[in-house]
Amino acid sequence: MSVLLFAESSSRTFKKPVLEAATFAYDLAQQLGASLEAVVVGEAEESAYAELGRHGVSVIHKVSGDEFVNAAYAAAIAKVADLVGAKAVVLAQSYLGRAVAPRVAVKLRAAALSGLVSVPDPARQFDASRLSYSGKGVEEVQVNADRMVITVKTNGYHVEEHPVSFEVKSVEAPSAGIDAIALELIKASEGISLTEAEVVVSAGRGMKGPENWSMIEELASLLGAATACSKPVSDMDWRPHHEHVGQTGIQISPTLYIAIGISGAIQHLAGVSSSKNIVVINKDPEAPFFKIADFGIVGDLFEVVPQLVESIKRVQAA
Amino acid sequence: MLKILVCISHVPDTTTKIQFEEDGSKLNKTGVTFIINPYCEYGLSKAIDLQEEGKKVAITALCVGGPEVEPTLRRALAIGADDAVRIHAEPMDAGFVARQIAKYCEGKEFDLVFTGKESIDFNGGMVPGMVAEHLGFSFVSYATHFEIASDEAESATVRREVDGGEELMELPLPAVVSCQKGIAEWRIPNMRGIMGARKKPLSVVSPVDADEKVKTVALSYPPAKGNTRYFQPAEAGQLVDALVAKGLI
Ligand SMILES: Cc1cc2nc3c(=O)[nH]c(=O)nc-3n(C[C@H](O)[C@H](O)[C@H](O)COP(=O)(O)OP(=O)(O)OC[C@H]3O[C@@H](n4cnc5c(N)ncnc54)[C@H](O)[C@@H]3O)c2cc1C
Ligand SMILES: Nc1ncnc2c1ncn2[C@@H]1O[C@H](COP(=O)(O)O)[C@@H](O)[C@H]1O
Repeated sequence: MSVLLFAESSSRTFKKPVLEAATFAYDLAQQLGASLEAVVVGEAEESAYAELGRHGVSVIHKVSGDEFVNAAYAAAIAKVADLVGAKAVVLAQSYLGRAVAPRVAVKLRAAALSGLVSVPDPARQFDASRLSYSGKGVEEVQVNADRMVITVKTNGYHVEEHPVSFEVKSVEAPSAGIDAIALELIKASEGISLTEAEVVVSAGRGMKGPENWSMIEELASLLGAATACSKPVSDMDWRPHHEHVGQTGIQISPTLYIAIGISGAIQHLAGVSSSKNIVVINKDPEAPFFKIADFGIVGDLFEVVPQLVESIKRVQAA
Repeated sequence: MLKILVCISHVPDTTTKIQFEEDGSKLNKTGVTFIINPYCEYGLSKAIDLQEEGKKVAITALCVGGPEVEPTLRRALAIGADDAVRIHAEPMDAGFVARQIAKYCEGKEFDLVFTGKESIDFNGGMVPGMVAEHLGFSFVSYATHFEIASDEAESATVRREVDGGEELMELPLPAVVSCQKGIAEWRIPNMRGIMGARKKPLSVVSPVDADEKVKTVALSYPPAKGNTRYFQPAEAGQLVDALVAKGLI
């Protein structure tokens, strides 16, 4: 029996969500007394394999080929899963993982579990938890199937190394059905990816206008943070729409979320309330955001943010 | 002619304070208004946009659910769907729902299936990809743009969100498209739409057998927040110290 990790690759190293998925898969394999194997699609360097070995992967199945889109990834993963008799396939909840997991689940007739934050307990019908109702609820699920396909919530699980020796095996890419054809990567947004960021600096209508965003960008760059915004801000084109977080935008759960001039409407909170630490800066002491804040400053953001920037510079210089 | 199926899930309004039954078995629906899942509404709006561009488009709205979802389907009709279908079954897990939708599509020659990127209740996001896999359709998830040259075209041009940017793709039809913000603007039904919706067909279809592979056994609340530590506006430095002490920066 084995647990199969989809090691979605960048060529040299893996991103944190993949390493979280690896740790999750390792812990699940331990519980099952199973081996942890991984499937890598496309070209990867030795250093990438070594990184998988450090995270407990004992067999790496390398599927070569290029021009992979969803269906081709799914076919490759399902082929390896059958080859190794995988009890569970584990993927990061990245854009790619989300697109591929449902196809794999159908191919394997597996239970599909998305965005898990705890490892299924084999002793209790693979009882596991996930967030639901946009972070307003915690759902406990059980599995009624022989196999599982799992995506692991980004920033929802820790990363731990479990070094083992590993071998690499080659697998021929299976043919996949018709699918979308990638033409061009249009706009690689600069800076840090919002869904993967550990620190996010977010601002709302309290900023008054797009011309005031330089202090937000400065704060974010000092902290190595991604920038985000509320819906009206992106609706008014003050900021690009891919920065919009909330119920109808992107859902994130960084370690630190700094909300500046955002009131904390329920739809906004739906996208950010599972952040581990929240700082709120707002001039209105009644702003609903303070109800879920860990740290708060009631004050004018145009005074507070520049001071924050200065203090951080001082701390970093020391 | 483009035949478009818009899959609609029926979810609590975005302003709902979520409360569960005391035994944690299900949502307490008392006083909760249900709406068209906002992401599905982007798909519906896009289908109507195509129609208004002068293309020949037939739009069917579909929901897997009990009789209580019919007002939601009527609203889809009021916004502009041509007809509606309710598959009479409690939506159990994603696999179950996807199987129902795929079965319904068999033999009906839909060119496009529009869905939302996820339902805002269980946030699974699994249904669209599963439908594509069952039907052997091409699939694009998290679409932010969709263009098609004519109602006879064999492919569409789409943009989807990917890690670190957006990707331009050619999408051969038939296809499943999971929609999000950017693809269209929401529409408000007008009086004529609302009146007309009563006369549009809403049919009820029996479900096919499918098993429930994932069972919700309990619902609870995330650990309560609160105990905010406040600092004065002039104490920004102390806030920074507190964040450093907690290892956050
Ligand atoms: C179906 C639906 C879906 C939605 N989805 C989303 C979503 O996904 N994401 C989202 O964000 N919203 C969403 N909304 C909108 C949401 O309801 C709120 O309208 C929105 O979040 C408010 O944005 P805001 O906090 O930036 O602006 P406002 O509510 O206007 O708040 C601005 C805040 O800035 C403060 N402020 C002003 N000046 C200063 C100053 N000088 N210093 C400090 N503070 C200051 C004010 O006190 C106020 O609290 C949705 C709404 C609907 C109906
Ligand atoms: N019960 C349902 N009836 C019809 N469509 C659904 C249903 N549940 C989910 N969908 C579709 O699948 C999308 C993603 O939902 P989910 O996978 O449940 O997050 C939704 O936006 C709908 O388009």
